[in-house]
Amino acid sequence: MKNAPTIFLREMRNYFVSPIAYVALIVFTLLTGYFFAAYFNMATRYEGEANLRMLFHNMSITMLFLAPLITMRLLAEEKKSGTIEVLLTSPVTDAEVVIGKFAASMAMFIIMLILTFLCPLFLMIYGNPDIVPMIVGYLGLILLGGAFMSLGVVTSSLTDNQIVAALISFVMLLGLWVIGWMSTTVGSQVGKILSYISLMEHFDDFSKGVMDTKHVIYYISFTVFCLFLAIKSVQSAKWK
Amino acid sequence: MIEVENLTKRYGDFTAVKEINFRIEKGEVIGFLGPNAAGKSTTMRIITCFMPATEGTVRVDGYDVFDDSMEVRKRIGYMPENVPLYTEMSVKSYLHFMAKIKGVPRSQRNNRVDEVINACGLDNFRNRATGKLSKGYRQRVGLAQALVHNPQVLILDEPTIGLDPRQIIEIRNLIKSFGGDHTVLLSTHILPEASMICNRIIVINEGKIAGTVGLMDGKVINIQHEGAERVDLEKLGNIHLQVKGNTEEIIDQLKAIENIDDVQLTHYEDKVGFYNITHEMGSDIRPQLAKIIIQNGSELMELRPMEMTLEDAFLELTREEVVGV
Repeated sequence: MKNAPTIFLREMRNYFVSPIAYVALIVFTLLTGYFFAAYFNMATRYEGEANLRMLFHNMSITMLFLAPLITMRLLAEEKKSGTIEVLLTSPVTDAEVVIGKFAASMAMFIIMLILTFLCPLFLMIYGNPDIVPMIVGYLGLILLGGAFMSLGVVTSSLTDNQIVAALISFVMLLGLWVIGWMSTTVGSQVGKILSYISLMEHFDDFSKGVMDTKHVIYYISFTVFCLFLAIKSVQSAKWK
Repeated sequence: MIEVENLTKRYGDFTAVKEINFRIEKGEVIGFLGPNAAGKSTTMRIITCFMPATEGTVRVDGYDVFDDSMEVRKRIGYMPENVPLYTEMSVKSYLHFMAKIKGVPRSQRNNRVDEVINACGLDNFRNRATGKLSKGYRQRVGLAQALVHNPQVLILDEPTIGLDPRQIIEIRNLIKSFGGDHTVLLSTHILPEASMICNRIIVINEGKIAGTVGLMDGKVINIQHEGAERVDLEKLGNIHLQVKGNTEEIIDQLKAIENIDDVQLTHYEDKVGFYNITHEMGSDIRPQLAKIIIQNGSELMELRPMEMTLEDAFLELTREEVVGV
C-alpha cells in the first residue's frame, strides 16, 4: 500500500485545480446552511427540539446528488485520456490505485462535512443540544459517504465517460436508497431483505443519535465490497 | 534482456498477435516495424504488463511478465502511443509523481527529475502545465517520464508520430543517445526512421513476425526470414542487369560464371530482360559479366550493383509472407 498515499495526494490536487471541488463544496454548504436555517427558524418559533436529526437527513439526500459528481472522474478520466496505461504499467498494484482514489474522494467528502460544523456550533450557542447524538450523526454521514464514494469508484471504473459514470452511480444510489419502500408490499421475507439492502434504512438510527454496530457493519461491508468490485473491474479491463 | 516465446493474443475471435518469438539483447535499439494494426502496440502492451497474453511467455531480465509483474515494471520505462499525461500538472510535479510511484528513493528524486528534465531539453518548461505544451514537448515529457527511474528497458510506442520534421530529428537523436545504456524497443511505421535509429529491426505483419533486418549506420547488413537462415549481405552482393536478347540463353550462361549464386528474371519488356543477380562478395564480377553478354551477341543495356535498402528488405520480407500464405 505504499503507493496509495502518492495517488491520494495527486487526486486531491486534481480536485482543487478543477472546478468540481469548489462547486461541490459551495453547493453542499449552501444547501446545508439553508436547511439548517429553515429548521432552526421553525424550531425556535414552535419550541422544537434542539437537534440535527432533520438536517442529517437533508444532508444525506444532498450527498446522493453530489457524490457521483465527486467520484465520476476518478477512473473514467484516466481511461479516456489513456493515462491509466502509464499508471498501471508502473510498479503499483490495482488495489493501491483504487484505494488511493477512494481515499481522495472520502477526504473531499470529509472537508465538505467540516464546513457544515457551523450548524452544530450555532445550535450550541443558541440552544442546549446533546453533543453525543450530533457526533453519532456525523459519524453516520461519514459511513454513508464511504458507501456512496465506493459505489462511485466502481461505476467510474466501468466506463471512460464521466457523465455516464455519474449517471449510473446516481441511479444505483437512488435505487438502493428507495428500495426499502417496497418492503411492505412484497412478502415479508423479501421485504426484510429489501429493507436490509436499503442505504436509507440503516441511516435512520444514526440520525437519531443511536449507534448500532449492525449499521456500522452494513456500511463498512458495503464499502469494502464495492472497493473489491472496483479492484476487480480495473483488473478485468485488461483481460479483454 | 527481453525474451518473447510463442506469444499469442486474441481479442475474442480476432487474433492480434500469433505465435511470435524474438529475443532482444542488452543495449540493443530495436525497431518494431510494420503497418498499422500489425500487432506492434499489442505486443508492447504485453511486455509492459498492461495486458496479459492469451498464450506464450514473455520475460524481461529473466522475470516473467505475469508471475513477477512488479519486478518487470520496475525495469521498464514505457511511453504509450499519443503520450497520455496528466494535463493539469506542471512538468516538474508530473515527473516527481512518476518518480515516486516508480519507486525512486526520496533522496534521489530531485536529482533524477532534474537529470531527465535536462536530458530531454525541458529546462525552460519545468513549471509549465503539461497540457499547455506543444506536441513535441509533450513527447519529451513522455520520454522523461519513461526514463525517470533509470530503467534498463525503454519501450516507446510510435515516439515520433505527429511531430514536425525538426522535432522528429530531435526526438530521434534523443532516443539514439539512450542506446547502449538502455535496451530500447520502439515501434514505427516509418522506414527511414527505423533505419536511422535502430541496429536491428523486427518486421511484423498481420500479427506475425515476417523477419528481422540487421542495420549498421543505416545500411542493411543482414536479413533473416522468420524460420530461415540469416543472410549476411556483407558476403552477398546484388547486381541489376538489363540485356536485350534471348532470356533463357542469358540465364544459362550467367549461371555458369563462378561466384554467381542466383540469376532471376524480374521483368521483361520490349525484348529487354531485367535480371537480378546474387553473387558472392570478393572479386568484382562486373567485367566478366559484360564480356560474356557481349560475346554472346546480346545487347547490354544496363549493369548496376545494388545496395539493399531497408525498403527493399522490408518489401522482400513482407512479399515472402504473402507468397507463403
